[in-house]
Amino acid sequence: MRTAFIDTLLAEARGRSDVMLLTADLGFSVLERFRDALPGQYLNVGVAEQNMMGIAAGLADVGKTVFTYSIANFPTLRCLEQIRNDVCYHGYPVRVVSVGGGLTYASQGYTHHGVEDIGVMRALPGMVVIAPGDPLEAACATKALCALAGPAYLRLGKAGEPRVHDGPIDFQVGRAIEVAKGEDVALVSTGGMLKYAVDTAQALRRDGVSARVLSMHTVKPLDVDAVRRALAETKLVVTVEEHSVASGLGAAVAQVVAAHDGRQARFRMFGLPDERYSRVGGHGYMREMMGDLRAFALEALRAA
Amino acid sequence: MPDIERTRERARRIREHALRMVHRANASHIGTGLSMADILAVLYGGVARVDPANPRAPERDRVILSKGHGAAAFYAALAEAGFFEVSRLETFCEDGSALAGHVSHHVPGVDFSTGSLGHGLSLGCGVALGLKRDARPGRAFVILSDGECDEGSTWEAALFAPHHGLDNLVAIVDYNKIQSFGSVKEVLELEPFAEKWAAFRWDVQAIDGHDPAALAAAFAAVPRTPGRPSVILAHTVKGRGVSFMENDLLWHYRSPSREQLEAAVGEVRGER
Repeated sequence: MRTAFIDTLLAEARGRSDVMLLTADLGFSVLERFRDALPGQYLNVGVAEQNMMGIAAGLADVGKTVFTYSIANFPTLRCLEQIRNDVCYHGYPVRVVSVGGGLTYASQGYTHHGVEDIGVMRALPGMVVIAPGDPLEAACATKALCALAGPAYLRLGKAGEPRVHDGPIDFQVGRAIEVAKGEDVALVSTGGMLKYAVDTAQALRRDGVSARVLSMHTVKPLDVDAVRRALAETKLVVTVEEHSVASGLGAAVAQVVAAHDGRQARFRMFGLPDERYSRVGGHGYMREMMGDLRAFALEALRAA
Repeated sequence: MPDIERTRERARRIREHALRMVHRANASHIGTGLSMADILAVLYGGVARVDPANPRAPERDRVILSKGHGAAAFYAALAEAGFFEVSRLETFCEDGSALAGHVSHHVPGVDFSTGSLGHGLSLGCGVALGLKRDARPGRAFVILSDGECDEGSTWEAALFAPHHGLDNLVAIVDYNKIQSFGSVKEVLELEPFAEKWAAFRWDVQAIDGHDPAALAAAFAAVPRTPGRPSVILAHTVKGRGVSFMENDLLWHYRSPSREQLEAAVGEVRGER
């Protein structure tokens, strides 16, 4: 995803001298090509995220569209107040980009687990929050963000994620993409969980369960209509995210569920527990904390 | 060079407006407004290239009040400069007003909302960097409090600006020696302050922040060294101009009563 991001950004920025990329001293083996191709539109500010965000707001004030780049929680939590006051309050076109969202940096420890970022970013008024589901969505999102008016957060995985979409996609900010049709269950996925959701839907089909898969790449503004349709047309809606269920996509969808009138499906959140964890391991190992989505969905269906 | 007597009169009016505003609103932070009134009077007396008739003119200078709690005096300076009617100052902190107790960009002439300390110098770095990269003429003036020089983010920006040759950036520290809950000396000493900025490779001018001629000369001189950002350490007195407010932490918080307001306005007008 990060490769798709930087390739797309470089292509867009070549024709847009106002597009700038700032990094807080991270991006080894990722950002060099942009740096070398467009040095006037690139800057490494040093290990100083608060300063980076204030600088981004200042640059935006004089006409720039600014991408700020770092990993895990550094570009978000470390400089949260600068994002809130200096960027969001003024409505500046600053795009906060985090590589390594979720448990990507699994073995690196708790400091490097970005599992509350979506919740924190979606709490900010005016902030658009996007977590692409595969490299193609990451490319589409990056292109869309070059044209968006206000602030945004782009949560990426790392590198090497499989491509989920076969052909071209109709990517629109705030509009879910239906990846698979189904009537029994709706798996509403955000970010890098999309492949897992699609695979689980195929497994469920073998269990005789028809599973719809929605790629909810934009968590804010949420595609409320797609959620309502899933609630009305299926028996069970499950949100799927590599993020704490306390504040992420699940919590956002729960707000829609709570306000939904009429017949509706059951609702469950599949994701990370609202806990501090002391163990590390590989990405796959850490993801096991969430349990098994197929079993989770089947049990919830039985309860229904 | 701006006319010194007119600048003094401008500073007197800023002080009087600020006193009336905080009294009317029962607001805090009069001490900080009085300490920087002369800085604002000089800045808006011909130094900053701004156009009250066109507040968003692309090639303007940006004035960033990083110490956003000085909003009353800042709004007063903007009204005196002609960005909006002086009568609008009466809405300070009132229901439905844009004139918030901390600086708001919803007020004409204000580029950046502030109020949380330690944000302004980074904003100034961004403005200065963007203008420089596009070879545009504007400058960024950032007014800092001494207290916010406790913030790490201020020093992130202080490290950044000289590295990138931002000689179109001018920081002014309203060095009144009193912060939120005590004197700078007691809470967190900044001295040797000028040496710190110099060590960060800033061009440093330390002056009397209540002397319009000294302020005007300092502003006229920048950038003294091409490629270096400038900092003006303006030695000031918190509560300046009102004898019973000077150097007293109380006036970071208290709003003057009617009697105190009248006495204060009398002193500011030179009637003491």
